[in-house]
Amino acid sequence: MTEDKTIKVRKFHQAKWDEPVIFELDTKGERGIQVPRVEKEIQEQIGDGISTLPENMRRKEAPALPEVSQMRVLKHFLRLSQHCLGADLNVDIGQGTCTMKYSPKINEVLVRMPEAADIHPWQDESTVQGALEIIYKVDTFLREISGLDQFTFQPGGGSAAILAMASIVHAYFESKAETGRDEIITTIFSHPSDAAATAVKGFKIITLYQNEDGLPDVEALKKALSERTAGLFITNPEDTGIFNPRIDEFTKLVHEAGGFCGYDQANANGILGITRAREANFDMCFFNLHKTFSSPHGCGGPGLGALGVKKELRDYLPVPVVEYNGESYYVNDNLPYTIGKVRGFFGVFPAVLRAYAWIMSLGAEGLKEAAHVAVLNNNYVLKKIRELRGADAPYAEGRHRIEQVRYSWQKLMEETGVTTEDVICRMADFGFHLWTSHHPFVVPEPFSIEPTESYSKDELDEYIAGLAKVVEEAYEDPEKVKNAPYNSVIHKIDPSSLDDPDKWAITWRAYLKKHKT
Amino acid sequence: MNEKNKSVHPYIPNSVPEVKAKMMKDIGITDIEELYEDIPEHLRFKGKMNLPEALTSEYALKRHVEGVLLKNLSCKDHISFLGGGCWQHYVPAICDEINQRSEFLTAYAGEPYEDHGRFQSLFEYESLMAELLDMDVVNVPTYDWCQAAGTAIRMAGRITGRNEILVADTVSPERLAVIRNYCHPVMNIRLVKHCPQTGIMDLEDMETKTSSKTAGVYFENPSFLGFIEHQGELISEIAHKSGAISIVGVDPVSLGVIRPPSQYGVDIVCGDIQCLGVHMFFGGGLGGFIASRDEEKYVMEYPSRLFGITKTAVEGEYGFGDVAYERTSFAEREEGKEFVGTHAALWGITAAVYLSLMGPHGMKELNTVILQKSHYLMKQLSVISGVRAPYFKSSHFKEFVVDFNETGKTVKDINTYLRSKKIFGGKSLRSVFPELGESALYCVTEIHTKENLDSLIQAIREIVDSAGILDLREEGSTDD
Repeated sequence: MTEDKTIKVRKFHQAKWDEPVIFELDTKGERGIQVPRVEKEIQEQIGDGISTLPENMRRKEAPALPEVSQMRVLKHFLRLSQHCLGADLNVDIGQGTCTMKYSPKINEVLVRMPEAADIHPWQDESTVQGALEIIYKVDTFLREISGLDQFTFQPGGGSAAILAMASIVHAYFESKAETGRDEIITTIFSHPSDAAATAVKGFKIITLYQNEDGLPDVEALKKALSERTAGLFITNPEDTGIFNPRIDEFTKLVHEAGGFCGYDQANANGILGITRAREANFDMCFFNLHKTFSSPHGCGGPGLGALGVKKELRDYLPVPVVEYNGESYYVNDNLPYTIGKVRGFFGVFPAVLRAYAWIMSLGAEGLKEAAHVAVLNNNYVLKKIRELRGADAPYAEGRHRIEQVRYSWQKLMEETGVTTEDVICRMADFGFHLWTSHHPFVVPEPFSIEPTESYSKDELDEYIAGLAKVVEEAYEDPEKVKNAPYNSVIHKIDPSSLDDPDKWAITWRAYLKKHKT
Repeated sequence: MNEKNKSVHPYIPNSVPEVKAKMMKDIGITDIEELYEDIPEHLRFKGKMNLPEALTSEYALKRHVEGVLLKNLSCKDHISFLGGGCWQHYVPAICDEINQRSEFLTAYAGEPYEDHGRFQSLFEYESLMAELLDMDVVNVPTYDWCQAAGTAIRMAGRITGRNEILVADTVSPERLAVIRNYCHPVMNIRLVKHCPQTGIMDLEDMETKTSSKTAGVYFENPSFLGFIEHQGELISEIAHKSGAISIVGVDPVSLGVIRPPSQYGVDIVCGDIQCLGVHMFFGGGLGGFIASRDEEKYVMEYPSRLFGITKTAVEGEYGFGDVAYERTSFAEREEGKEFVGTHAALWGITAAVYLSLMGPHGMKELNTVILQKSHYLMKQLSVISGVRAPYFKSSHFKEFVVDFNETGKTVKDINTYLRSKKIFGGKSLRSVFPELGESALYCVTEIHTKENLDSLIQAIREIVDSAGILDLREEGSTDD
């Protein structure tokens, strides 16, 4: 086992069904499913039902949905599923910042129980004690993990949690009649939503850029602070994987200026049990349960941004929150300064349930071990990528990183003309996914890798072998890389119509109107 | 800690001591702690997280979590009449089959090549919804209807350059709470009154409140309280006359037989897709949609991903990609339109499966049977002395308010009794619409059999006819 295995790049070809668009499968008269019929007595008493509708509210023409038999619908979507590479299939370490870890299958079994799937949020509390218990307990777990005092599970993702943080800061200053505080500071290596979702609340955004060490600059922060400062929303480690050791200076300065500090811990995978929001004096933080806490990403949701606050801000949380009175769990809708709601009902319960199961499976030691191994894996991959010709890991030369690294293909591009986009397309030919990074591309020709704790050393080696193969091709035959993919589902896309209002087609009916008449 | 004696957790392969040692040697460290060199001592967490003992065996974990979940009573084993934005419809087996596929469930943000299936299925979702809504643009799902309504309103604000929105005062209180927070402090919300007898919008009040500051009007159809707003054309006309945008939140299930809002002058339509093949999940099954005409001034204001169809280098091959990506916060941070991130894509794929299975005939038949069953229940409940359904003298689809004011019983007492009969009664409206007194919002769908409806009718008759209060109140009951 400890011997090095020969790691080969796979002779991969993704499924390629050449599957039509669902509307092209339309055969009049076919049925995908029958709906329950009405009982004869009801039919006799009530009639057709439709005539109860006012004439002007009746639909004249049936919606032009396709008519497709059941097995064909199944086959269609199964084939489309095979046109995807989920984390379950590939070595999904190429989507840095997103923590594509293993989502345990047992959790899916639990989520599908009728006692989780078929419960309504307005059932009487006495009938949903299990669900409320899970929400409450994950709250208490996250209090331990963060050091903060209470969590809400309403935000439907990290961006919604940022919006909720911005809303809380806004509501706080409004309740104190401090109307002049309208600026929030963030950093360029924090998620775009730290700026964007905050601006939705009317805040002016100040973005700090990195210094030569790749870290936000304390002096720049000092210049940005004023009596207009409402807060600082920041990631740490940022997308570079470099931990900012002076983070408590940042929070101290912001507090002295009268603002609040919100910690974007969408991804906290490298520091579970190592360092917490409390130690760095943050007032708020949030964890994406679909990242660090294993809930699957579902092609882009549903996820959940679990938002925690210090007790001073508890009364501003969105409602409802779940509480425990020593005997039973109950719903509390009465927080005096609540921002109201950021989503319907309690949030994405399945994500909370999966986080519960994941934490219960690992315990405190296991969480810390997950963090340790995620960081070990990252630094192992970092060493291997540094050895690749044309690749670079800007900033913090010679130092270790936490859970991810933002790399650059700048040198590869200069020497071969092969760009990050090209490498991405060629990696698809070997069954791998690679991602650039968030805009703007401060690191030129960026790519972001985050190995998490889920993949074995052999798998990491296999991914690196894939990168090495593409690099080798780039130097020997750059055109080969530039024309990729060859073994993926489709070939190079023509993006020209996607930005042209006369040509873009966001639906099949628009496509038919614009391109088929 | 003694690495040798520790069993390796199945989720963490490189915990194997030999593997770990080799990797550590490779990167030149002797202790994992060295990797955290940048985290200063004073920022370290010195304690131990107080978490329960790990249940490392899958069996132990399953037993434990099942035990907690089994404290819930599900709508599978009870007859539920709860709705109000989270609805119990039948979920076809294939919807669950597809959304449990590893490829969809565990994919995230791949490229249009290796994740082509994600792009195509969400493009198909947009396209199927577009037929139901009779509109040419539909977004990749946002969080839920609440968010969709909030964004539709902010879109109207940007399109018109105005900052006031009129909202029907009968909209869902959940939605209104989200809208209020999402709009504050950029846009002002003014509520428009309704006719107390029918529930429909008071057009006079709307006209009075409409001005050159009005960005748009938002109402729901069928409304939260179940009645159908039949004045859509007039409302849109009043809005348009003053340069405002007409926005409607709609239950998409209803569009098999009910006229889609685009056909009565509405500019932006939004709503929820949970009802299209997704389980309720305690409210976790929600997903929001936004739709509009294919006009640049509308399309460029969407914050969401919009997947479009295009060509590839190979003749006849479909490719898909982001339309007008530069609008988004992914491209432009705070200069983008609102924000985009992880929302509810898996439920969009599920809704695509659902609509493909249902087809035009399935949707029409579904609507017909819902109309018949809900009207049967309203009719039979009204026979009971003191009970009136619907409360509002209007047409209804699947939800309606049941008025218990004349029974002398509270909704709380009625629901407590119903629970003893394994029935979850309708949502009490007392705290959110106090003017309705002891009334409850009931929801009937295709899953309710005549037998289910008759047992509800029988149980309500029993509690209403009983002298005094049946002493069946439980500890901790929460209906208000």
